[in-house]
Amino acid sequence: MTTSIRFSPSSLREGRWHEYLIRFTLGGAATVFTGFVSSRYGASVGGLFLALPAIFCASATLIEKHEIRRKQEAGLPGERRGREAAALDAAGAALGAFGMLAFAIMFSFLVERSVTAAFAGASLAWLAVSVAAWFMRRKMASVARRRTAERTRLRDVAG
Amino acid sequence: MTEYVVRFLVGGVVVSAFAMLGDVLRPKSFAGLFAAAPSVALATLGIVVYQHGASYAAQQSFSMMAGAIALAIYCVVVCHLLVRARLRAAPASLLSLVAWLIAAFGLRALAGGQT
Repeated sequence: MTTSIRFSPSSLREGRWHEYLIRFTLGGAATVFTGFVSSRYGASVGGLFLALPAIFCASATLIEKHEIRRKQEAGLPGERRGREAAALDAAGAALGAFGMLAFAIMFSFLVERSVTAAFAGASLAWLAVSVAAWFMRRKMASVARRRTAERTRLRDVAG
Repeated sequence: MTEYVVRFLVGGVVVSAFAMLGDVLRPKSFAGLFAAAPSVALATLGIVVYQHGASYAAQQSFSMMAGAIALAIYCVVVCHLLVRARLRAAPASLLSLVAWLIAAFGLRALAGGQT
């Protein structure tokens, strides 16, 4: 099975302007909220909220909605497909969380030495760890699929 | 007040940029990586470094580690609620916030409130 990561700019046309506005507002609100928590309860509690999945709810809902809309246009119900698309997004986000952990480790290690290096290093660490985790999961899934197919083939031969 | 307006605008732009990047990438599981992008962190830490200095930002990012582990747990819970409990995306992702809060504050407490 080949792994093809690709751009699909047409997906942007599926979005409505109010959906982008909601994401902008939620993103802004999450950043304001994190600042408020930090000033009220200190840096330690505020730091937790840097990883708050604030816009995940909006993103997952949009993904589900777009998938359902696409299926309904083809005359199909689409609820199950919508849920599956949102679940795939969540699975990817779980791998991305390891990248976020790498970001936090790298940033806290570098920031007192050089602020520029901290932002650059942490962003690179996020990207490298997230993408590596995704490829590793993809590889493991492909090996598991091959083993299952082989086991089924051997059982058929024996039977 | 100005600080909060700046936070709102910077946060909105950074979060929207990562979300749009996620929109145009395929396959969906790969695009999901961008749902867990440190967008709020990038916006916040930039302002924090400018306002409070590097040491305060280091403390915040240290604590962020617990939040990131909680995020991984959150995503797994969302996945299960969608696939096994067959909830819709909005209730599944909102209900799972409880799991994130418990995990984040639980990990912080385990580390003696230092993370």
